[in-house]
Amino acid sequence: MNALLSLRDVWVEYGEKVVLERVNLDVAAHSFVSVVGPSGAGKSSLLRVILGQERPSRGSIHLDDAPLAPECGPDRGVVFQRYSVFPHLSVLRNTMLGLECTQAPFSARLFGSARKAARDEAVAMLEAVGLGHSLDLYPAQMSGGMQQRLAIAQALIKRPRILLLDEPFGALDPGIRSDMHTLITKLWKDYQLTIIMVTHDIREAFSLGTRVLAFDKRRHDPHAPHRFGATAVYDLTLDKKTQQLPPDNGGITLDTIRNTMEDVA
Amino acid sequence: MRWVNRQPRRGDRLLLGALPILLLVVLYLFLAAQRHALNPADKILPLPSAMASGLSALLFTPDPLSGQLVFWSDTLASLQRLGIGLGISTLVALIVGLVLGVLPPVRATLGPLVTGIAVIPPIALLPILFIALGLGETAKIALIVIGISPVMVRDIAAHVGALPREQIIKAQTLGANSWQIMIRIALPQAMPRLLQAVRLSLGPAWVFLISAEAIASDIGLGYRIFLVRRYLSMDVIIPYVAWIALLAIVMDLALTYLSERFFPWAHGANH
Repeated sequence: MNALLSLRDVWVEYGEKVVLERVNLDVAAHSFVSVVGPSGAGKSSLLRVILGQERPSRGSIHLDDAPLAPECGPDRGVVFQRYSVFPHLSVLRNTMLGLECTQAPFSARLFGSARKAARDEAVAMLEAVGLGHSLDLYPAQMSGGMQQRLAIAQALIKRPRILLLDEPFGALDPGIRSDMHTLITKLWKDYQLTIIMVTHDIREAFSLGTRVLAFDKRRHDPHAPHRFGATAVYDLTLDKKTQQLPPDNGGITLDTIRNTMEDVA
Repeated sequence: MRWVNRQPRRGDRLLLGALPILLLVVLYLFLAAQRHALNPADKILPLPSAMASGLSALLFTPDPLSGQLVFWSDTLASLQRLGIGLGISTLVALIVGLVLGVLPPVRATLGPLVTGIAVIPPIALLPILFIALGLGETAKIALIVIGISPVMVRDIAAHVGALPREQIIKAQTLGANSWQIMIRIALPQAMPRLLQAVRLSLGPAWVFLISAEAIASDIGLGYRIFLVRRYLSMDVIIPYVAWIALLAIVMDLALTYLSERFFPWAHGANH
């Protein structure tokens, strides 16, 4: 497996304060990487840098061997802990938005058969996350778990190369959280996703991930705690799960879709 | 039971709300009757009968000069000025507020200008407007627009700027460009706030309208009030003020209704 995403000597600094230092990381396709670490260890900074929300102060990031633009784009999907669905759109419209933006650059709305096709695709995706019966609800009418399901469907409809989860289940009740664990594992297998998940919950990190990264500072100066940044201090591959992966077909990301289409043709 | 926990029932609420208004009316009638007992020709606190006859002259008798029914032509003229002023302000607030809120370079360029305009007391600009635009309709409408739009622009810009950063990021990961973020994410979420801003601007808009009409006009509710003041015609002034209050209340209720009707997602409990 060659690396889908690779970070080379990445630093994130805010003036004097070093958040991340010398991060070197290769993420293989179809892996589920959990990132754990204490608060302030730069887990979220790492995610923001991969997402393109922030530019690293040094180093380079490559996605599919191409340098990453320092801007968010449809090749990287994201689910935040909160606020990642749009309160003014129904569940269905929330999910269709991604398709509408690409297909209608000016109006960002679809009509006629294009609209119907987008609708069908969105409905199929919502059924996959278990929201098939809630198409016309607004986010404010749904529980936290349902909102996160919607946020996942919204992201997956863009067929992202990589899905970034920022403490996605942190605000949920324990029971709902385990439902969501089942769902995300199923989606990861069914759609051959590559996932990077930041979490506070070590059990969650190990039960979901095929690889666990622990971020922390290697060096610590008690008089100037901001002088040294964090990096991956542990990098554990959980081989057992990698071998359980189903064969490479039926994936959702662009390349595999194309492959399947060629197979059909 | 603590007062913070006492929730009046629906019927009681109507009754409680009507109580202070009724008390004020009774107090007025009492004081008016007292003055009229001392001086039957009193003009300062007219009795309802005097108000009715004073108003009916304006309502039903055509003005000998213009041949129009004064009350209705005043109302029409004032509402027209107010409507155009509010319409222009709303449009300006929506477009400028949206662009300021979404695009940081535009905010950096125009933000200080909008702030600068917003802190000028609009009435101080009225002489400039009259000199520059003449004494006609344009100056009066311009006063309303200059008076209320900067506040509305800042309100909308602040509201749009305060949308969760996560939403803007998420939209970009869904492939949206700046324009699409503006029309699909920021615009719909700014609309309920815009209606709210119009509601809150109704009060100032009426102030600027009445001021402009009082200073230079030949028709309008504000003009009439200031005109009949010369004859101490409280029997006309009080019904006119009540009419203005009624119009303002109707506009306020209409805006609230529109917001709940078209943006139910913004009124959580009403789904």
